[in-house]
Amino acid sequence: MKKNWPLWEVFVRSKNGLEHRHFGSLHAADAEMALENARDVYTRRNEGVSIWVVESKYITASNPADNGELFEPAKDKVYRHPTFYNLPDEVKHM
Amino acid sequence: MEKTTLYNYILGIADNNLILGQRLGELCGHGPNLETDIALTNIALDLFGQTRSYYQYAAKLSAIYKTEDDVAYLRKEREYKNVLLVEQPNTHFGFVIARQYLFDVFNYLFVEKLQHSKDETLSAIAKKAIKEVSYHKRFSGDWVKRLGVGTEESNQKMQEAIDGLWQYTNELFEMTEVDDLSVRGGIGVNLSELKETYFKEVAEVLKEATLTIPENPYFQKGGKQGIHTEHMGYILADLQYIQRTYPNMTW
Repeated sequence: MKKNWPLWEVFVRSKNGLEHRHFGSLHAADAEMALENARDVYTRRNEGVSIWVVESKYITASNPADNGELFEPAKDKVYRHPTFYNLPDEVKHM
Repeated sequence: MEKTTLYNYILGIADNNLILGQRLGELCGHGPNLETDIALTNIALDLFGQTRSYYQYAAKLSAIYKTEDDVAYLRKEREYKNVLLVEQPNTHFGFVIARQYLFDVFNYLFVEKLQHSKDETLSAIAKKAIKEVSYHKRFSGDWVKRLGVGTEESNQKMQEAIDGLWQYTNELFEMTEVDDLSVRGGIGVNLSELKETYFKEVAEVLKEATLTIPENPYFQKGGKQGIHTEHMGYILADLQYIQRTYPNMTW
């Protein structure tokens, strides 16, 4: 193969009611082939009930170099977690 | 229906799966890329799974062979009843796909009918197999179209494979004496009834793939009588080697 097929990201729903989760990636020439390859590579041991594939180039990813400005400001803002309430004893399952 | 007839009828179905599975197995680790390699091996495993069910049933009926492994590994070439198509070599990827597609369309139509067999075991095997076979046809059919309309080279290679294998298609529908008896007993599938649907469906897909059906004045046959092409001996040599070298060895 002189030119590699494009890369696709595979998302699998493992059972009804759960969300699709990222399982991995694979190469395929078109969407149909990506779906079939995903079926054969990622669900042959009964891992899923639904598959999504999307060409990797359509995913916009954050740049690790920006991690400082993107994620660090959130680190010292514990008050954004709803952990400062006193729960009455009568309230269960929280 | 006589035990021997049923036994031979089962072999006629199972041997196709075994030999095609063996051919696909040869590609394990040699596929054109990782994904296709796994896909073809999956298909081989599906076929072996079906073969096991058939051979387990056959072993119960046989006076000579006691287990599924005996049936698979200890027969001589003439006793294998597979069609010539499935023993054809993996010349190039186009041949692998063409052989698979030409068989899958037949196999789907066949297994669909076998579900209604009066024989409960055969009907149960068919009901389990139909989903696998349906996927095989989808996989190989998509590839036929993809290669057919792909590039000039892929089209030419796909056409070469269709030209080379077309002569083996007619045999799929040949009715042997065992077939006739099985149909009469309500157990077997009438192959001649599948023929029209088969060639119509294949013609549509080939047309979509911009491939042409060769005009063949002559079709090969003989596999169902145990008269195979020169490739069969080599396949069996590979397949039976361990059992012949170390008789009765097990895992």
